[in-house]
Amino acid sequence: MTSIAKPPVKHPSSRQNGIGLTLRDYEGVMSTLCAGCGHDSITASIVQAAWEMELEPHRVGKMSGIGCSSKTTAYFMKQSHGFNSVHGRMPSVTSGAAAANGGLTYIGVSGDGDSLSIGVGQLCHAIRRNVNMLYMLENNGVYGLTKGQFSASADIGSTSKKGEANEQAPIDPILLALSLGATYVARSFSGDKRQLVPIIKAGIAHKGFALVDVISPCVTFNDHEGSTKSYAYTRQHEVEAVEADYVPLRREITMPETKGAVTVVQMHDGSSVRLRPTAPDYDPTDRESAYAHVRACQARGEIATGLLFVSEGARDMHELARTVPTPLVDVPFEALCPGQAALDKLMARYR
Amino acid sequence: MGATDVNDPRYYHKVVDCQWACPAHTNVPGYLRLIAQGRYDDSYMLNRESNVFPGILGRTCDRPCEPACRRVRVEEKPVAICRLKRVAADLRGDITARLPKAPKQKNGKRIACVGAGPASLTVANDLLPLGYDVTIFEQNAKPGGLMRVNIPAFRLPASVLDEECGYIIDMGATMKYGTPIDSMKALLAKGYDAVFVGSGAPKGKELDLPGRHDDPGKIHIGIEWLANVHFGHVERIEPRVLIIGVGNTAMDCCRTAKRVGATDVTVIARRGRKHFKASPWELEDAEEELVEIVENHSPKRFVVENGTLVGMEFEVLEWTEDASGRQKSTVKETRILPCDAVILAIGQDNAFPWIERDVGIEFDPKWDMPVVDKTTFQSTREGVFFGGDAAWGPENIIWAVAHGHQAAISIHQHCQGKPVTERPPQGMTLVSAKMGMHSWAYSNDYEPAKRAKMQHEDLTKRFADITVEVELGFTPEQAAREVQRCLNCDIQTHFTTSLCIECDACVDVCPTRCLTITTNGTSEADLRTRLSAPAENLDQAVYVSDALPQTKRVMVKDEDVCLHCGLCAERCPTAAWDMRTFDLKLPYAGMMQP
Repeated sequence: MTSIAKPPVKHPSSRQNGIGLTLRDYEGVMSTLCAGCGHDSITASIVQAAWEMELEPHRVGKMSGIGCSSKTTAYFMKQSHGFNSVHGRMPSVTSGAAAANGGLTYIGVSGDGDSLSIGVGQLCHAIRRNVNMLYMLENNGVYGLTKGQFSASADIGSTSKKGEANEQAPIDPILLALSLGATYVARSFSGDKRQLVPIIKAGIAHKGFALVDVISPCVTFNDHEGSTKSYAYTRQHEVEAVEADYVPLRREITMPETKGAVTVVQMHDGSSVRLRPTAPDYDPTDRESAYAHVRACQARGEIATGLLFVSEGARDMHELARTVPTPLVDVPFEALCPGQAALDKLMARYR
Repeated sequence: MGATDVNDPRYYHKVVDCQWACPAHTNVPGYLRLIAQGRYDDSYMLNRESNVFPGILGRTCDRPCEPACRRVRVEEKPVAICRLKRVAADLRGDITARLPKAPKQKNGKRIACVGAGPASLTVANDLLPLGYDVTIFEQNAKPGGLMRVNIPAFRLPASVLDEECGYIIDMGATMKYGTPIDSMKALLAKGYDAVFVGSGAPKGKELDLPGRHDDPGKIHIGIEWLANVHFGHVERIEPRVLIIGVGNTAMDCCRTAKRVGATDVTVIARRGRKHFKASPWELEDAEEELVEIVENHSPKRFVVENGTLVGMEFEVLEWTEDASGRQKSTVKETRILPCDAVILAIGQDNAFPWIERDVGIEFDPKWDMPVVDKTTFQSTREGVFFGGDAAWGPENIIWAVAHGHQAAISIHQHCQGKPVTERPPQGMTLVSAKMGMHSWAYSNDYEPAKRAKMQHEDLTKRFADITVEVELGFTPEQAAREVQRCLNCDIQTHFTTSLCIECDACVDVCPTRCLTITTNGTSEADLRTRLSAPAENLDQAVYVSDALPQTKRVMVKDEDVCLHCGLCAERCPTAAWDMRTFDLKLPYAGMMQP
């Protein structure tokens, strides 16, 4: 919470992007989260990414469920569409929205409770359907809104604020997504925008389901010494597997090549993601090696970050379902609703 | 880069742009907050501490604070600092009980001040409470110096002047009115422990062109003419008047002329408008009174026919700028402007015909001005000090006050037999402004209102009586809103490195993107390239923290357009950022630690 709204004053050097908007035009209302919450940094990263990508706010749908994380869709892009759904049901609602109007950019924001407990089934099926969306999983290992109980992503042995240790095995959303065939899987840290912003941009450009698991420390309930999702712990145990740089279509590539092989993944819109693995033999386009790497890091008590796996060739929900490419709102009424005669004809096929 | 030392009072002082720009370093945000609370007496007394004449300066100050105001960098117009000072003076109650008092027991030291202008009065203000016996010699019958005889009453009513000069004089200064000093030697012979020369720059510059002395009654020197109007020696001027020069004295001359019978008043400037010396607001006020300003005219001769001034001839200039930025003029044509009188307002000089050159006061051979130390205000003769316009030529009242304070420190040192170069240091206090959860000792919300407009008296009323004050002052309602435009630059963003967990909350919330967490750089220039929003204005400092606990990066704050809204501190989970009230402790005479 803050006592005042952000003063409407722009920096004298603030620039406009290609569609005439400044960074501040991508902000939302003031956050009511705790001071220092990782979620606010993720919000700032989304604002930065959307401004840099020149997203038109009115062509974006912000989707969320319930929890601290799910409140944050109010804190960016106040001129966008939004749907704050029932707890854990954001993936389904987004599936429906994307089915009806595939022309919008969908940014879903969820948390470890919303995604890995009450909504884990929803998440799994949205991955299977390959809904064209960015899925931000703001992961802090606790139920912050209900005063700090362990969530399903809490590591074994990590302690609550009062010192009690968690004994149940965590669900790792990265391994879950890789095993379910997700086509874009990344992990980042709210305290590292240098890494997070390009991952968000590439995730938005990705055609299909882009899961970004973001370690987002809960300053109030999970930033203590026994935590494995605190600012300090994440900084000490983070191992970046891949450096990602998102290159929009228009930008000329002038960066000199440095050491290490660079994998360039062409996105469907013509932009590209340049991936520079920091570990030898790591191939971010190979699902098996990604899975093995994340497991190996886990065994060592490390947190694997970076764009861990990307596959741009897979079919998304619309292609799988062979639906019309046009958003339904743009399909002429006669075609969308062909009348009683057409319905009767259809029904006759089932008699 | 090494970490910024915020324990040096100069760092936070520079952040308070208005206070830094003010020669007397008045605590502007502090007194504006007191106005906001309706504590006019306290606001007046806080002002008086540093600038001694809040009522006078609230009407006449050249306001170096306003162009410096942070608000100029954030939107367009500065806070109306000067006129808010007047609000504190106008709305105050009786503060006489709170004024400094001279002790009954004197310290036995006698000080002579030459001239009863702002510099001398400030010296007296600082020394009388320490027990000094201060004698002020003044050629006129009343105190105030230039403030009285050269600033017209329609800008500064005599009652305001009398009251604020009186506060000092009533402490027990010995006033010798009607006593011009015509010999330094004789003054020194009287055995004063120290002499302060605050006699101003009383000589208006001459313009010796053909015809200057052919109709002397119609051609006046600006400051002399203003003084003559003040004393009632001049009651009328001819209908068509040309004013030569476009400084603040020229503005006073043209507006005074309008009140003593002139109908067509034209101010002649040698150069274009952006080079005018007059303050923009004084130009505006003159133009509101239908004074015409003619640019790019250089005087050539006075046109006198049959012993009567009928006009003035000018060269019409065209200015061009060469590659090095030097201005060059070429004459396009010559032109005669008809007139019945001319007032010359092209500058002032000091003149010290009364200081014998063999009394040990060295004079600069080039300018024929006394050599005065910039810090101690002492001349080359020990115990003789200069201040105000007398020291280095014409400045403003606020400079004279600042000089007076410094000279008083020197005089006090001198009279105690201590070196005048040994000066009390500036100090500071820094106290958290946190009153509770998201509650601060100041109003941190941003006031988007535009600068308040001063109400002026009707033209007919002001021309009818020369003593009618033009500016009516802000109403309490106007003042209440205008003070909220102040960004409270003295409420500093204070950072404690060891508490930071590098969560980025402050960086994310800053509305003007002042904050950056980045790897340290080798120099400020290097660091500036990595800031979230690199400043266009490089005059403002960049704060650099020690290495942060977790990543060893540094917290960098660009002070340029910080709004002091406190959001960084409100969003900080560990109170590494705190808003702290900075109070500069200025040294005055007698405040040296033993």
